[in-house]
Amino acid sequence: MTAEPAAPTPPDRATPAPAAASGVTELFERARDGDRRALGRLLTYAERGGARADTVAVAAWPLAGTAHVVGITGAPGVGKSTLTDCLARAAGGDGQRVAILAVDPSSPLTGGAILGDRVRMGSAADPDGPFVRSMASRGQSGGLALAAMAAVRLLDATGHNLIIVETVGIGQVEVDIARTADTTIVAVSPGWGDAVQANKAGLLEMADIFVVNKADRAGAADARRDLEYMLDLGHRAGWRPPVTLTVATEGDGADELWKHVLDHRRHVREGSDHADRRSRHAAEEIRRHLRQRVDSLVEDRSGLSGLLAEVTAGRLAPAAAARRLAGELAGAAGASDTARAPEPDSEG
Amino acid sequence: MTATAETHAGPDQPVRVVLAKLGLDGHDRGLKVVARMLRDAGLEVIYLGLRQTTESVLRAVEQEDADVIGLSIHNGGHMTLAPRMVEAVRAAGMDVPVVVGGIVPEVDLGPLQEAGVFAVLGPGASAADVARTVRAAAAGRA
Repeated sequence: MTAEPAAPTPPDRATPAPAAASGVTELFERARDGDRRALGRLLTYAERGGARADTVAVAAWPLAGTAHVVGITGAPGVGKSTLTDCLARAAGGDGQRVAILAVDPSSPLTGGAILGDRVRMGSAADPDGPFVRSMASRGQSGGLALAAMAAVRLLDATGHNLIIVETVGIGQVEVDIARTADTTIVAVSPGWGDAVQANKAGLLEMADIFVVNKADRAGAADARRDLEYMLDLGHRAGWRPPVTLTVATEGDGADELWKHVLDHRRHVREGSDHADRRSRHAAEEIRRHLRQRVDSLVEDRSGLSGLLAEVTAGRLAPAAAARRLAGELAGAAGASDTARAPEPDSEG
Repeated sequence: MTATAETHAGPDQPVRVVLAKLGLDGHDRGLKVVARMLRDAGLEVIYLGLRQTTESVLRAVEQEDADVIGLSIHNGGHMTLAPRMVEAVRAAGMDVPVVVGGIVPEVDLGPLQEAGVFAVLGPGASAADVARTVRAAAAGRA
């Protein structure tokens, strides 16, 4: 865990923006009482980053850590949203309080996005259905993973005990998000590839559970066989990922998938590396926050723009410019911190 | 709602809009085109699609913290459905504006406005009109 005090709202954190912080505290209490609108607003704050997101994170962290987080990923069109809906229904029927975070890409050109996952999630409209939040990637490579982690933490802290994070399985960020889940489900569909694809490095290595969705179509048995062959050649010690068939549109295979998730949850929780895994994830998250802070320091305070002309003119190599800036930042970090009032930098 | 007292979707934050059709109305081509127009204008569209209810739209608006509701209506039910949506939003204590798109006879424009609908976009609306109207709706929410 961190060095944060256990109280939900440490008063020292409220200093940069008292009004916003008290708003957050009130919203957080309401969200814990089941107020969806308060939770919706807090998720917006968490997504936007900055000082208010920090306040939300500080409130959520001590109360989070009990939920099981399932990542569902796979190529576009394999049925991730429908599968997510299926799994949410099966888990909900089993007494779990479910939340879904559906991440879709933003347009790199306009920043806009069409977040269409709710269309496939009939349970989203049920009064007792899961809490569903759509998140656009907003072109922030490091930020998306942080925003998603913050959202998961918040859903965890507000009483959801199964959180499903759905991401398109393309790009490193999506893989990163899937990797921070407790259980990672990789979905494929018949005709997705063969044994050679199955043995390529990447996404498939991270699966704890494989799903061959659209299993009513030709080639489902082949897809399963190819995945099993791949697993025969080796997998992580202690857990051989099951390969399960579903027809998500019909709900076929949902209960079996949920059973596999429960098996894996037991495996993870009883495993000797459980504490280890948590601390690995925490360390990774600290590093991400640190990188983001360094990025904003570079933007705000360093002489990046001053050096840019020299680099563009060919007089200075980018690597040399970075080394010089890093030296300046290291020097500045030792000096007094008066230039950045809005950022609470009091840890340490 | 206390939190909406501050400016919600700032100039550098994408506007989030929920798009839906209510009830028995299967003509969703227009809504899909509008979704694309808004995406291309830099907005985040939470697409609900067909056969929604006022309750399911409200639920999405709460969970997604949306700034605007966009309803597409092509079944002649706009005088019933649109005011009902506005009423449901108000009854929930929310201030999310409702924009209607579709086929609405001119005589109904005044009454819809009186019922609290923010704007009506007809078949002649350009992509720029659509984006400008939705942004204006979001800005008016501050």
